[in-house]
Amino acid sequence: MNPNTRSKTASEIITGMFRKQIFIPIAALLILAIFNLIVDPSFFKVTLGQNNNGDPILSGNIISIIDYGSELAILAIGMTLVTAASRGQDISVGAAIAISGSVVLRVLCGTNSRPDELQAPIIVAFLVSCIVAMSFGAFNGVLVSIFKIQPMVATLILFTAGRSIAAWINNNELPVVKDDVFPVFGGYIPGVPIPTPFFIAILCFIITWLVLKFTNLKLYVQSVGINEQTSRLNGLNPAFIKFITYVILGLCVAVAGFIKVSRLQTINYSVVAKDIEMDAILAVALGGNSLSGGKFNIPSSILGAYVIQFLTTTLYKFEVQADALPAYKAVVVIALVILSAPIVREKIGQTFKKLRSPAQAESNG
Amino acid sequence: MKMTKIFAVAASMVLCGSAFAACGDEGGSNSGSSDKLIKVGIINNDPNESGYRTANVNDLKATFTKENGYDASFSYSLKNEEQINFAQKYIQDEVDYLLLSAADTAGWDSVLKDAQTAGVKVILFDRTIDADESLYEASIVSDMDKEGEQAVEWLKNQNLTTYDIVHLQGVMGSAAQKGRSGALNDTAKELNWNIVAQQTAEWSSEKAQQIVQSVIDSDKKFNVIYAENDDMAKGAVAALDKANISHGVGKDVVVIGFDCNKWALEELKAGNWNYDGQCNPFQSSYIVDIINKLEKGEKLSEKTIIMDEKGFDATTITDDDVSKYGI
Repeated sequence: MNPNTRSKTASEIITGMFRKQIFIPIAALLILAIFNLIVDPSFFKVTLGQNNNGDPILSGNIISIIDYGSELAILAIGMTLVTAASRGQDISVGAAIAISGSVVLRVLCGTNSRPDELQAPIIVAFLVSCIVAMSFGAFNGVLVSIFKIQPMVATLILFTAGRSIAAWINNNELPVVKDDVFPVFGGYIPGVPIPTPFFIAILCFIITWLVLKFTNLKLYVQSVGINEQTSRLNGLNPAFIKFITYVILGLCVAVAGFIKVSRLQTINYSVVAKDIEMDAILAVALGGNSLSGGKFNIPSSILGAYVIQFLTTTLYKFEVQADALPAYKAVVVIALVILSAPIVREKIGQTFKKLRSPAQAESNG
Repeated sequence: MKMTKIFAVAASMVLCGSAFAACGDEGGSNSGSSDKLIKVGIINNDPNESGYRTANVNDLKATFTKENGYDASFSYSLKNEEQINFAQKYIQDEVDYLLLSAADTAGWDSVLKDAQTAGVKVILFDRTIDADESLYEASIVSDMDKEGEQAVEWLKNQNLTTYDIVHLQGVMGSAAQKGRSGALNDTAKELNWNIVAQQTAEWSSEKAQQIVQSVIDSDKKFNVIYAENDDMAKGAVAALDKANISHGVGKDVVVIGFDCNKWALEELKAGNWNYDGQCNPFQSSYIVDIINKLEKGEKLSEKTIIMDEKGFDATTITDDDVSKYGI
């Protein structure tokens, strides 16, 4: 690069933008937004209404997206770390949500499946579910880091058994919690018109950001993901770092599970968070992170999660025929993933460069 | 030789095992009543599969007890091959009756032929299989079409001024979805009911909530929620609550659910929902009926027995119904 040619770097800026990882989910988001804007601008309408308690709430598709996409965004944080460090994915998060959600309700309900009042403070239920989810995460982590089992195979165990464990926690019953405070975490804080899950997701993001900024976790995770051998030679403990990412994912699972049960104050262990593991992995991929480990970018993954929810809400909004829904989703996902492939991005960047270069050639000549 | 040793050990273990089993049997029949216990092998799907299955399993367990004159063994699996293995084991154990709720419709011919040669009478419950009718004594099936028809009939009798329906479907292609969707689709076409939205929420309350939310957000008017199970109805109601739309008896939106979970019937009792259709999990009384007839040597009048399905209206449901039929 010749420093004298800095002035003509408009094309380079564009090329650089295409190379930036966060460009992928932003582009996907823009494409979906533009599509909706063209087809039906009322998609973006947000109205201020009241719920049946008389509290003000905002409603509209955009609000639905930031509301329902939050659990996925929280899971995407943990999934990104796991992917980066262990070069594989945890496919048991859906089952783990069923478990941690069941634990929350079990603690709140005590022995009765439909109590009139809570049997334990909500914070206790949440903390217990955190401990349970983190120990299941630790179980996966041990299998991956110490026994060196492929992550997908190791987590297959919990994927298979998880929902039965969840059923067993509540004796096959479907407990229902009646309380005024509990629904707040999956609904609205009285007087605040924005859904609480969005705040929880932001809080999770800020905590992760602070942790990554003030500790060496990011560096360690990336170096283990890029080359385990070298990181060991440099004094890191790869097994421990992999292990810890699974425990962090366990914590994310507990938070997501807590929001899920708070939404409807009950849980159906057989369908709750079904297939969410696939969406979480997709969020990581849409965020432009390599699924074979190494470098990662958490904000990209989070945006990726909201892109998936954007897509889901769009499909609901346009009432795509029920049996064709997965097919539509697949088509869009393929398009997004191809768009985000490095080769394609490189090509787009080059095309922009070429468009500019004749002009540059003239001015230089 | 090593192999012979292993074989010898295995053979002796089998012998010991059968000796013990024989002892067990004798003990059982001695302690029971003077009649010989009827030996039944029951193969069912995993009780954790759903609330329906849990109720079904509990019902069977409560009926086929020693007190009622049965020596029953239970096996659960969601996989066909495993179920077939269980069936073979029961045939070797020489059970009198094999009760079967098959995970899959195909692959049962050869094992049922074995049962026939061994003199084991086979009764199918809840689910049918693709096999020749001569291979089983009777088949007790849930009538999913009828469930849907009853609910739609009820809806018709409400004489609403307009019918603008949000239809939440189960997992596409499942028997329950087909039956429950079919009835609504037919009647809607016939009577010109307006289906505002028809989407699958895959039995999930969360997805149902999102779908109804999206219908509300696009300012579409509706006055009926037809959800093909209770969970989806609950999700829909959560979305209504959020948008401050009233629902239930005498309110703006009529809510219909299916499966008769206990909590759902309580919602019905409280007037928050309007109707709940049942998929009857209580099949044991039908099975006992058949076994009694066969034991007496009577002929069964028909092979396929279709169960009665109930439906509950919020205005007429009683506390008794809630505790008796809630699952």
